[in-house]
Amino acid sequence: MRKCSLNSINSVFAEIAKAATLYLPVDGKDGSAVYTKWEEGKVWSNALNTVRSPKDFFFPQTENLMAFKTAGKNIEIIDTRSESEDFVIFGVRACDVKSFEILDRVFLSEPVDTFYAARRAHGVIVSVACTKPSETCFCGTFGINPAEPAGDISAWKTETEVFFRANTEKGVALLSKIEGLTEECTDEAVDAQKEKISAIMKKLPLKDVTTDAFGGGKTMDYFNSPAWDELSQSCLGCGTCTFVCPTCQCYDIKDFNTGKGVIRYRCWDSCMYSEFTRMAHGNNRLSQKERFRQRFMHKLVYYPENNDGLFSCVGCGRCLAKCPISMNIVKVMKKIGGENK
Amino acid sequence: MQTITRDQLIEKAVSLLADGTVSCVLGWQKGEFDYDVTPVLFKNADELKANFVWNDFCGANFSKYLVTKAEKATGKVLVFLKPCDTYSFNQLLTEHRFNREKVYAVGIPCEGMVDVAKVKAICGDGIVSIDCGEKLSVTTLYGDEPTVIDAKDVLAERCINCKSKKHVAYDELLGEEGEVIASDRFDEVAKLEAMTPDERFAFWQGELSRCIRCNACRDACPACTCEKCVFDNPKSGVENKSPANSFEEKMFHIIRAFHVAGRCTDCGECSRVCPQNIPLHLLNRKFIKDINCFYGEYQAGAEVGSRAPLVDYTTDDLEPGEVFDRRDNNA
Amino acid sequence: MQMKEYKPLIVAFCCNWCSYAGADLAGNNRLNYPADVKIIRVPCSCRVNPMFVLRAFQRGADGVIICGCHPGDCHYTSGNYYTRRRMAALFSMLDYLGIEKERTRVEWVSAAEGAKFAATMNDFAEKVAALGENKRLEDLRCKQ
Repeated sequence: MRKCSLNSINSVFAEIAKAATLYLPVDGKDGSAVYTKWEEGKVWSNALNTVRSPKDFFFPQTENLMAFKTAGKNIEIIDTRSESEDFVIFGVRACDVKSFEILDRVFLSEPVDTFYAARRAHGVIVSVACTKPSETCFCGTFGINPAEPAGDISAWKTETEVFFRANTEKGVALLSKIEGLTEECTDEAVDAQKEKISAIMKKLPLKDVTTDAFGGGKTMDYFNSPAWDELSQSCLGCGTCTFVCPTCQCYDIKDFNTGKGVIRYRCWDSCMYSEFTRMAHGNNRLSQKERFRQRFMHKLVYYPENNDGLFSCVGCGRCLAKCPISMNIVKVMKKIGGENK
Repeated sequence: MQTITRDQLIEKAVSLLADGTVSCVLGWQKGEFDYDVTPVLFKNADELKANFVWNDFCGANFSKYLVTKAEKATGKVLVFLKPCDTYSFNQLLTEHRFNREKVYAVGIPCEGMVDVAKVKAICGDGIVSIDCGEKLSVTTLYGDEPTVIDAKDVLAERCINCKSKKHVAYDELLGEEGEVIASDRFDEVAKLEAMTPDERFAFWQGELSRCIRCNACRDACPACTCEKCVFDNPKSGVENKSPANSFEEKMFHIIRAFHVAGRCTDCGECSRVCPQNIPLHLLNRKFIKDINCFYGEYQAGAEVGSRAPLVDYTTDDLEPGEVFDRRDNNA
Repeated sequence: MQMKEYKPLIVAFCCNWCSYAGADLAGNNRLNYPADVKIIRVPCSCRVNPMFVLRAFQRGADGVIICGCHPGDCHYTSGNYYTRRRMAALFSMLDYLGIEKERTRVEWVSAAEGAKFAATMNDFAEKVAALGENKRLEDLRCKQ
């Protein structure tokens, strides 16, 4: 365990930024925190949650895959891939760190997504324990402990100090770079901090939300539930929940005609959209109810079925805060799960 | 604090359900917290009594839901309309988007809706409860005592600049009727107009580059009721699911605002629902301000059947090249 | 290497009945106007959707001009009156977003006004050239 004073954290940032691009949550002008590239003058936000999750760093919203140019009857294929640079994401919450594991299972299983894999290999994650969980937080539901975040380095922030513990080789390497700015310390202060967080966790309004009713093999228990009609009745079909979600990983691959050639790119897609997975015969989900059901069944039943019971939600609470009609996974779990206990 | 109470609304709804005037009620349903309210069709008195809510967080504009809900309902749908919602209601009627015969509209007064983000900015995160009494009493996980704030200090932007407390459509009105208000809603637009083009460009670049293209602004908009949006249609050539670059961001937002220009009632739903807090209403208000300045005062939805200015003309309209002179002279 | 002289690319939407014939007349009379004005013939100036204007900029136009019949002379009676309102609103919005207002224009050019067509294009091209390349409404993908 190493520590530095909160006042000197900027010099730590400066040291990290010498070797790799450093991103951390910084307050935007509308008051919400945004992952921003660190440079002198940027201040680490106190806010718990960023609107956009850090999944952007590994799975960006838009990404060029390749390009084509035609000359006569020849098609030239151009590799548009750029070399990944080393980067550090600082201040990732326990829930968001967990989301990387969920994305990894999708993108790093065969066939490996090399775009994603390259970014994962180059990224170092410095997580930070949550001092003040929000009322929308329910990471405990998915067995995540916000006092003990994973990542290459775990950090704890107190009123005056920041503590670091390396968990992986990457983490050890990064921690050694800031050795001169930190000092060795005991676990005492961190343990006290962890206890404080545990005490708050017991007071969270959503602490009793449970996944007991969900998991693999439950498809037919819920698929035809009449509750879907009720839950989805006012869904607008926008993509807010999917785009702020740290674990949503669906994408579309599209071609853009530049007038001189074609750029093939991929971009996030949302199962809430009418054009999602549209095929030659048309769409396979025609109503908003079906789209809505797909999103939650995927998170709570289909994904765990294929991934050893791991749910594809981490309880970060972003969709709770941002849905225009305040319909969200907690309400779905309570309604659908509650009826079938 | 709202002048009309939840109980009064429930009582009205229950009696209209009981005498068969309506078959269901479009209302706000309480959520996990005191502020996450969901629009829902209530089918009976029990549901209403258990889950109906009316407080300072019932911002959602129900008018657009009538397009789908009224058609499917077996009888009439009871809808509660705040004054600004009635403008959208009329505009949708003008465009023949729902069947008036299938709707029973109850106008309710509104004292303005509260923006939760503003409450959080004052009281901090971890809001456990918000008591909407005379003043808002906010309890958080981290404060020992509830914080008491005046609702006036945390009103949503659109409510600070409320344009009308008058209902322009209803079958029945509960409470007192209000007046059209001379608001300062165009001040922000005028401020932007007074900037240099470089400053304006920088401002909008900063705002629109945050767009994640979730389409919530479009999907919540009561004026956006196309069966298939051009941006969702692969055959349109402009379909795009992500803001690939700054051009795409601008195109989406210009076209979105342009398509509702002259039909936008300035209900402010677009800005309310934006997860990135982009002030989208400033685009819509620019069109409204321009239309007022170029073609005479026009309020979309003020009456049913009026002709929107961009689908109308006079033979002596000003030339596109003259708009900048006109604007600068009026300023 | 010497820098190539910058010439703006201009897209001119011309109504079939008046302005396109006006462009024709300009050609018949051997009047000069820049070769970088690309004419797109439309049935009526009011066929021009705001999206056309934006897409022209996206594809590399530095200026967009819409030419139609004089007000009152529309082949379809009232098309150009709608153009006039729509484009007034659109151009004002583009200006509001910080895009140079000199890059967009509407002109009424009749079939008899070959000279006006050439003069308009020369003037517009000159104004756009003074602004330089369109940077604020460009799509970099189209420039590769």
